[in-house]
Amino acid sequence: MTSFFETTVGLPYGWAWFVSTIVGILVIALPLMLAVAMIIYADRKIWAAMALRRGPNVVGPLGLLQSFADGLKVFLQETIIPTAANRGLFLLAPIITFTVALIVWAVVPFAPGVVLADINVGLLYVLAASSLGVYGIILSGWASNSKYPFYSALRAAAQMVSYEVAIGFILISIVLWSGTFNLSGIVAAQKGLYGFINGNGFNPLLFPMAVMFLISALAETQRAPFDLTEAESELVAGYQTEYSSMSFALFWLGEYANVILMCALNATLFWGGWLPPIDWAPLYMVPGIIWLFAKILFFFFVFSWIKATVPRYRYDQLMRLGWKVFLPVSLFWVFLVSGVLMWHRVGI
Amino acid sequence: MIQAIAFYLFAAILVVSAGLTISSRNPVHSVMWLILAFFNAAGLMVLVGAEFIAMLLVIVYVGAVAVLFLFVVMMMDIDFAQLKTDVARYAAIGLALGAALAAEIMIAAFAWNAGRIDLTRRVAPVDRALPNIEALGQLLYTRYLFLFEAAGFVLLVAMIGAIVLTHRERAGTRAQNISRQVARRPQDATRNVKPAVGQGVEL
Repeated sequence: MTSFFETTVGLPYGWAWFVSTIVGILVIALPLMLAVAMIIYADRKIWAAMALRRGPNVVGPLGLLQSFADGLKVFLQETIIPTAANRGLFLLAPIITFTVALIVWAVVPFAPGVVLADINVGLLYVLAASSLGVYGIILSGWASNSKYPFYSALRAAAQMVSYEVAIGFILISIVLWSGTFNLSGIVAAQKGLYGFINGNGFNPLLFPMAVMFLISALAETQRAPFDLTEAESELVAGYQTEYSSMSFALFWLGEYANVILMCALNATLFWGGWLPPIDWAPLYMVPGIIWLFAKILFFFFVFSWIKATVPRYRYDQLMRLGWKVFLPVSLFWVFLVSGVLMWHRVGI
Repeated sequence: MIQAIAFYLFAAILVVSAGLTISSRNPVHSVMWLILAFFNAAGLMVLVGAEFIAMLLVIVYVGAVAVLFLFVVMMMDIDFAQLKTDVARYAAIGLALGAALAAEIMIAAFAWNAGRIDLTRRVAPVDRALPNIEALGQLLYTRYLFLFEAAGFVLLVAMIGAIVLTHRERAGTRAQNISRQVARRPQDATRNVKPAVGQGVEL
């Protein structure tokens, strides 16, 4: 795109790069916001269908405009800041959550070569940005100066830090397997497994990692069954209890943008990203972005399905799963994967 | 030009936020300024082309260390009056430390002015075109393997030490036995009885 602005529009290189990057950011972020609105609707519809309800069905045909109506509603509400709150941090917290949910999208490859920032530390960037996500929640809990949000913040911090460790090891085994940190490189490395399928997840060695990544992603985004930070039976609404209006909406948008991001990472790291599931020429006629979106939607359906069917974990069970099950297993898998790689590729 | 602007921007924010880390009254704000300082340090590293180190700085310091700081600091009950008297108590030590640091910087500046130490024997990455993850990996796992392993062992010993020092068995606590909980079946825990009227059930 830089070359388009450089040659066709005739800008100098620096400005052409600047304009094309801004355009790239808008091209990713604006549809993402629309996607978040629709995915919230989809989430509610799927949840309703599984509970034999009808879900949103009033605003617009089939209730399709429900999320926009909700958005308009929160936009028109008054922003209430509790008098005892720490004003600056209270307002900063939702902004951090929302921003962090957006910046990771910079490295997600949508099709061959279609990625905003094709950096060679892509996966580390994802880890770095997702480790920032916890600040939005901790700060909102602390700055609200209220008991329930604070408990929720403590839970969230411990939960996210715990599961990040497991996610780190899972990502390391993927990096070892693909030999690169670059997300486009990781997708390209998944092509033609056994000569006919695309995707690390079809490899029996890496399939357990795919399952663990899916579960850790649920914990990392605080989706059910790990939504202890928002456990309404114990903590009102958790860290967002004191928030209203747009500050609440930012949490909401950020949370769902994170969920879509985790689905996208799942698709990219384990199920071949923009590649079709089977390495067969006619399937490549379908644009890569469609395959990626289909995979993202599939994983989002799995997320909703789990939300609708699995009861909430107890907090000690959550911690046990993270530290005593996922951490040792993923650590062992790093050894296993590197051992298999040594055997196959180096021949020792 | 733009590099210089970016450098001075990152450097200025880094210095200012480092200053605010030690001068802000609220410890939580201090931690937040510290995080901003880490971030700008990472920015500086990206500018010099060390993107791997920059990402590690963010992951390790911002993502893990600062979260733990924040965790502890948030739960402290801070007495600001006490804090002020402490400042007076530690002023002398603080000044001494500051003087030592200033002296070191001056010595370093003089030494740098006098001509640098011969670095011909240093180990540099073989290939300049190599991405810096690979360059670092090649040095770390070949030439510096033993130092790297030793550093790992030091950390392991520190971790075990911390666990040994803080872990204590308390009498009378009840731990959960997860495998027993999982193995438990409804028929082990419940009985279905039909007591005669007025008889009751033996528990």
